[in-house]
Amino acid sequence: MPGNHPSGDKRFKLLDAAMKKHQFRADALLEVLHTAQELFGFLQPDLLIYIARQLKLPPSRVYGVATFYHFFSFTPKGEHSCVVCLGTACYVKGAAALQNAVEKELDVKAGQTRSDGKASVSIARCVGACGLAPVAVFDGEVAGGLTAEAAVKRVKGWLEHGSG
Amino acid sequence: MPVKTLTIDGQLITSPAEQTVLDAARLHGIKIPTLCHLDGVSEVGACRLCLVEIAGSNKLAPSCLTAVAEGMAVTTNSPRLQEYRKMIVELLFAERNHVCSVCVANAHCELQDLATAVGMDHVRFEYQFPKLPVDVSHDQFGIDHNRCVMCTRCVRVCDEVEGAHTWDVAGRGHNARVITDLNQPWGDADTCTSCGKCVQACPTGALFRQGATVAEMEKDKQKLAYLVESRARRASK
Repeated sequence: MPGNHPSGDKRFKLLDAAMKKHQFRADALLEVLHTAQELFGFLQPDLLIYIARQLKLPPSRVYGVATFYHFFSFTPKGEHSCVVCLGTACYVKGAAALQNAVEKELDVKAGQTRSDGKASVSIARCVGACGLAPVAVFDGEVAGGLTAEAAVKRVKGWLEHGSG
Repeated sequence: MPVKTLTIDGQLITSPAEQTVLDAARLHGIKIPTLCHLDGVSEVGACRLCLVEIAGSNKLAPSCLTAVAEGMAVTTNSPRLQEYRKMIVELLFAERNHVCSVCVANAHCELQDLATAVGMDHVRFEYQFPKLPVDVSHDQFGIDHNRCVMCTRCVRVCDEVEGAHTWDVAGRGHNARVITDLNQPWGDADTCTSCGKCVQACPTGALFRQGATVAEMEKDKQKLAYLVESRARRASK
């Protein structure tokens, strides 16, 4: 039944609105998961169960769909994020070295978040800016023509004073 | 009832229009190997063992999902198909840890029977030896991911016959696994009705009854087909 989450968290209200927009149809699961990830940053189990109940779907289906796509995250994201593009153009221009440098500086592997929650590193297949290769996205901001040194300089700032 | 006439391995066959090539062949005693097919549940065409050649097409077609057609000429057992089937079975063996000698389903295993049927005497591919867990948190049953071939028969039987949909597939590619509810221990999955249909549907020793030891886990998939048939009969009354 359409209803508010008992926690009173406002984000659930927005999630309910998104589900209502799709008339709580089971085949709107992907759209709803997108909205949930946008609102909460990551998908925790009780959120998935809430979605399953509202859309009248088995929990295993919701979990199965969510884990199929790399887009969805199941752990909290760091304060800052660095996405290294590993598309063909970027790769040719040395994106692998870029990735290694960033991973080493932040002491975390791609796809993971530092234990202090300061930053997470991930990789993308292509961000669609091949002309700027090699490309990385720092906190949603695209930076092109990067060298390993420049990338390290960017992320170093995050660890020192918490702002990019 | 509309009827189609076709040839399978040179044998002239008449079959109802809605039948699949696999059904038609089986009805006439022509054996096509299968793994993900299970009588009583829907087809997914995932295992590719039932691939057949259809004259006039370069593509191989999964016979479990191909409807019979007028004048169709099907070959089910060419050297090319035999080679592919053997390779598929070898790949299944290489992917996880299928060690028959210590498996609950030894001598009652569809994967083992397939290996014998396709004449697999060795595996050309490197074994992956993945480290996979065994979950015995359920009070009657257990799942050993080392033996799972991802046929999804448990997923379909749980959804279509039992209606609980406790099982589903999570992850993708190499990391795909069958899971219960939110990838939690089976014993904690509260949608599970403990009906045991998944255990009966499983072709290997991946799903087993607890207490079964080596070679003791016999499955009865006829039970599932019987259940589905008798329900259909009751519904049509």
